[in-house]
This record gives sequence, C-alpha cells and structure tokens, in this order.
Amino acid sequence: MSTLAELKKGQKAKVLAFNNDALKAKLIEMGFLPGEEIELSKTAPLGCPLAVNVAGYELSLRKDEAEAVIIDLVA
Amino acid sequence: MQNTHIKVALLGNPNAGKSSLFNALTGLNQKTGNYSGVTVDRYEGKTSFEQNNQKFIFSIVDLPGIYSLFPKSNDEEIACKTLLDEKENIDTVVVVVDATNLKRNLLLATQLIDLKFKTVVALNMIDEAESQNIKIDINGLQETLGVPVIPVDSRHRVGVSKLKEAIVNANVSGSFFYDLNADFISAYKTYREFIHRNLFNLKNDVEQSFENADKIYRFNTINYLMAKYVKSPAQLSRKKISSKIDAVTTHKIFGYAILLAVLFLVFQFIFYVSETPMSWIEQGFLQFGNFVSEHLPKGQLNDLLVNGVIAGVSGVVMFVPQIAFLFLFIGLLEDSGYMARASFIMDRIMRPFGLNGRSVIPLISGTACAVPSIMATRSISNVKERLITIFILPLISCSARLPVYTLLISVLYPDSKFLGIFNSKGVALFSLYLIGFAASLITAFFLKRFVKIKETSFFIMEMPVYRFPQWKSIGIMVYNKVKVFIGEAGKIILAISIVLWFLSSHGFGKEYENLQAQKEKLQTELVQDSLQLINVETELLEQSYIGKLGKVVEPAIKPLGFDWKIGIALITSFAAREVFVGTMATIYQSGSGENTEGIKEKILRERDENGNLRYTKAVCWSLLLFYAFAMQCMSTLAVVKRETKSWKWVLAQLFFMTALAYGSAFAAFQLLS
Repeated sequence: MSTLAELKKGQKAKVLAFNNDALKAKLIEMGFLPGEEIELSKTAPLGCPLAVNVAGYELSLRKDEAEAVIIDLVA
Repeated sequence: MQNTHIKVALLGNPNAGKSSLFNALTGLNQKTGNYSGVTVDRYEGKTSFEQNNQKFIFSIVDLPGIYSLFPKSNDEEIACKTLLDEKENIDTVVVVVDATNLKRNLLLATQLIDLKFKTVVALNMIDEAESQNIKIDINGLQETLGVPVIPVDSRHRVGVSKLKEAIVNANVSGSFFYDLNADFISAYKTYREFIHRNLFNLKNDVEQSFENADKIYRFNTINYLMAKYVKSPAQLSRKKISSKIDAVTTHKIFGYAILLAVLFLVFQFIFYVSETPMSWIEQGFLQFGNFVSEHLPKGQLNDLLVNGVIAGVSGVVMFVPQIAFLFLFIGLLEDSGYMARASFIMDRIMRPFGLNGRSVIPLISGTACAVPSIMATRSISNVKERLITIFILPLISCSARLPVYTLLISVLYPDSKFLGIFNSKGVALFSLYLIGFAASLITAFFLKRFVKIKETSFFIMEMPVYRFPQWKSIGIMVYNKVKVFIGEAGKIILAISIVLWFLSSHGFGKEYENLQAQKEKLQTELVQDSLQLINVETELLEQSYIGKLGKVVEPAIKPLGFDWKIGIALITSFAAREVFVGTMATIYQSGSGENTEGIKEKILRERDENGNLRYTKAVCWSLLLFYAFAMQCMSTLAVVKRETKSWKWVLAQLFFMTALAYGSAFAAFQLLS
C-alpha cells in the first residue's frame, strides 16, 4: 500500500483512503475525495513540503501529512 | 425616503477574493474590532443602495475565510460561530466563490444555502475565468442553487452594484444539498440545527463521520454540477504560467537567491528607509513639545503634558513608518502569491526549531524592530508555531539596541584590531547580532517541546496562482494595521510612559524639594546648559523615585558588575532601550543626550569607590549581553499582549528574557573579571 508521500514529481494517483481521522476531515474538504485523481506537481528543495494538483488547484502539505493519504498509482 | 438596515455576513474560502470584495463594497468605511478572547480581528463596514425610492443600509461583517462549516482552526471556528450567533442578527449571507476554482468553493456555498439564510453567491474573478476560457452557465447554476449568482470582479470593482441589488432582493433557497436520507438528519430537524449542535456542543465521533459523509455527498453533487454547467480547458494557461514561475521561485538555488534578495529589500526599507519619516516624527513632536512647554504656564501640568503625554504619544507614532513598510511588503508578497512559495521552500529549514515557513519574514524584520514583526506573525496559521515565533522575536537584536551597543563597544574597544585585520568594534557588533539569532533559535528549539496547544493544526495551504497585487486593498490593510496598533498597543505604551515620567520626575523629602526649587530658579534665569543646571538635574534624577529604585536594586545587580547608576539606566530604558544612552548622559552630567562622545569620555574615566576603572571589559560585556537578551521594551510587551490576547505570555516572556539576560550577564562578568 503506498501513500501520497511516496509519489514522485509528475506522477498521478487516485485517492483511496486515509489513515488519520483529523487529516481525513481536513483533506476531504480540500478536495481529496476517494477516487479523485491527484498529481504531485513539485517538492520543496529539501524534500518537504510537497505540492499536489487536486480538484483543479494546487495545494501544499507536509510530508507527514501526505503519509495519511493512501493512494493507488495511475499507470 | 425610508431607510432599511440589512446585516450582511461575507463568507468564502481563503483566496476567493473575499477581502478585496469587502474593500470594493465598503472602501474606507470600515471599523476594526475584536472578537472577545481570540486573536482574530473583526472587520465591519458600511455601504448603501437605493431602489424604488428606498434606501438600504448594509452593515457587512467580513468573516475569516473558511473551507466548510466544520471549522479546523480558531479563525474558522469564529467565522462559523459568528454566522450562527443569534446576537449578530445576520439577515443575508454573501458567499464569495472563485470562478476559476469552482469545485472546492461550491462545497461551502451549498452548505451555506442549506442553512436557509437569505443567500447570494458572488461569482468572483469572473474576468479571469473568461480570459482562461472557462465557460460557466450562470443561469443554470443559479436555477439549481436556488439563489442569485452574481458575476463580479472585485479587483476592478465590476458587478458591485448588481451584487448590492441582489442582496436587497435576496431570498432563501428552495433547494437542499444535504443527504435527506442521512442518519444525522433524523436526529436533527434541520441542517442548521445539526451545524449549530456541532459548533456549540462538544464534538463526538459519531458527528465526525457525519461530517465526512456530508462533504462527500456534496462533492458528488458538485461533480455533477461542474460537468453540467462548467466547461473548462484541460489546462489553464494561467496555471501553466504559474508553474513556469514556480520552477524558478522554488528552485533549490534560484529559489533561495530570490528569497534572500526579497528579504534584503524588506530589511533595507524597515531599517534605513523608515529612518527619515521616523526622524520627522521625532522632530515634529519635539517642536510641538517645546511649543506647548513655552506657551503653557510652567508647572506640573506642563511637565506632564510635554514629558509624559507628548513624549509618550511620540513614542507610539514613531513605530508607524516601520509598521507601514513591513505590512506594505507583506501585502505585496501575499497578494502576488509569492509568500506561499517562500514558506514552501523555507518550511523544512524552520521546522526543527518549532517554527514555520512563514516565520522567516518576521524573523528578518525583527532585526529592525520586534513590534511590527510580532504583528506580522498573524499569517502563521499554526497556533503553536505562531506563539513560538512571537516568543523568540524580541531576542533578535533590533535597531533600538544599536545606540546601546555602539556606546558600550566604543568604550570597550576605543581603537583596536581583531586578529590584526578586522576592526574590533565591527566584530563585537556582529557577534552580538549572531548571539541574538542563536539565542532565539535555541529557545525555539526547546520551547517546541514545552508548549502544548490543544488545537490540531496543519500546514495544508493553497498555492494560489500568481497575480498582480492590488494597491488599494493593500493600502486599506496597512491603514487598518496602523490604526489597530495605535488604538490598542498605543494605550499601554502611553500609560507606561506616563508612569515612567512620574517616577523619574518626582521624589520625596526636603532635599528633593530644595533641588527642584534650585532648578526652577536656574531655569527662570535662563542659564541654559550651564554646568550648574546640569549638576542640579543629575542630582534630581538621583533623588527621584527612579533614582531611589536604582539604589534599591543595586544589591540584585551587583553580581553582574552594575552599580546603582546603571540601575537607574536599566529602569528608565524599560520605556525603550535607546533611552539608556540619554539616561547615562544625564547621570554622567554630560549635558544633552545627543553627544555620545561626551558620555564615552566620562564613562571611560569613571572610577569605583576603590579607585579602579568602573567600566572594565567584564562590566561592558555583562551590560552588552544584558541588553541583548533583556525585555527592555514596553512597546514589545504591549504588542505581545495584543497579539496573544493574554498577559500570561507577556509575563512568561518578560520573566524568561530577564532570567536569560541576568544569567548571561552574570556569567560574562564572573568569567571576565
């Protein structure tokens, strides 16, 4: 099972589930719906935070927050 | 003509252009206030509209940005609670949605519609949506939502009067967007009741699952609406441009180089460019004080007005240029979208210290002055990281410490070289700045273990596309910041300066009265600046309450190598650190405080009771370190009180910094002597 934190720049994935309740509630309202396609747009020079394209806009989050998002890679 | 009052709540996602619409609606007709007990500013404004010979007066509350009616931070909680607070009497809700980012924005819009307020949707940034080739079927959207959808362009004030008209004729939507079969709705009669309970009662796990179910249900509907009413190109040209700029601004080398240049520019403005208007303010108040002093009858009242009130007000107004410049830059950086990138590349570097990517600007501007920098920590949304930033900011050497450093360093190293090539004065000054930075980061590092904040916070933020900043909106923001500072922190600063004035200009006992009479006699004889007058003034200060206090604290500061004379200077410079130099001048009878050379000579020759030199290396370094760390600044305390809404943080900071200053001064004195 992979998480959003493992995604490489330019890779796309589908949101499957979350492993943290507080982050789940926050991320859902930011557009991270189960089944939604997301794309890692960039990482900061030191590898954290990450920036993700989701629901038609770009959002940044820290790596440990990204670990709460369980994803399925889109080939 | 009949007047009708309408209370309007303005809501929307952060970055939807809510504040700019608020400014477009109300202009400078705004009032800033406080929500009780929290550090969220309350903005309320007025505007009006005429229709059919009737006048409608709107009072508009600009609520903090939210993503949904389930708050995730203090600000968001305030926004939701204020909306549902019966005392607020909200008639109509205007929900601002970003036309270029409709999907996420519609979540909140559908929730607000379900609360069954009279609602109007302001479809903002419509110009941008058009230029990006996003086609929105406004009529279709309007029919489904059941409320008017008004296209507006708040940046160019387009659609504002249409919006006002819609507010006047607003209605409650007949559409429902929540899941009518959901479990929660059988427990609560209406959606509003559910939200109300959720906000005002303690939350439990059952409701958390309702929350997610509610949002997922809504997004399913929204996906359908988006497919039906919105045609958007696969990739927006604006986003392409933004990501090209990002390739540079978040680059591992260019990104930091650009940030460094930006910080340098901000530093220049706050440090040097502010100097000119600050000296105008100082001179202006000085002239005004002299004028009042000459034209009012001599005596207590005159002295209170000139040396207490006018000097105190001058001390408050003096901060305005620095505050204005800092917030001008912050406004430009935020509005253009650059701030999100700066914190994106700095976050990882600041985090080990318990700080945040957004702590960088306040920390750099802290080298000029802690006061505006502490005000600037508002943009740090994580409460814990914001409090830590506020706590450590005053440890960074600010410009008010410079005169103190300069005087003492020139006593320490009148003329010498460090390692043969460097000027010792420069090396000493640089070390003091470095010590300040190191102390602040180390403190932050430890503080992050001790500070416990209940609120869970995230570093989840939108990376907005780059836009041209709006001067007008930034201008209004700067104006509001200055107003709030003068109104709130200003009161505390003025009060303390009057107390300090009283303590330094009053005393008790026969001796004091005699000296006072002598001084008045000399003054009426107009022997300005004569040696005699200076001598009397020195003695007066010694005999005043502050002079007595200096002697009282002498045993406490003796281990640091300080005598009662320094004690007096420590107390008076609580008003502001640079006062130290002026007080030393008075104590050492060198006349007007402007003449640093004069004081330096006196200090260099000063001997203690045993005939040894008073200002040894040990004493000077002890004093330097004391000033580097001590919270010798009432303005900072006043601003911390205003920004944390609690005296607890003010006292903790005062206590910690005093202890640190005392400890390091003690260590320096004992080691060097």
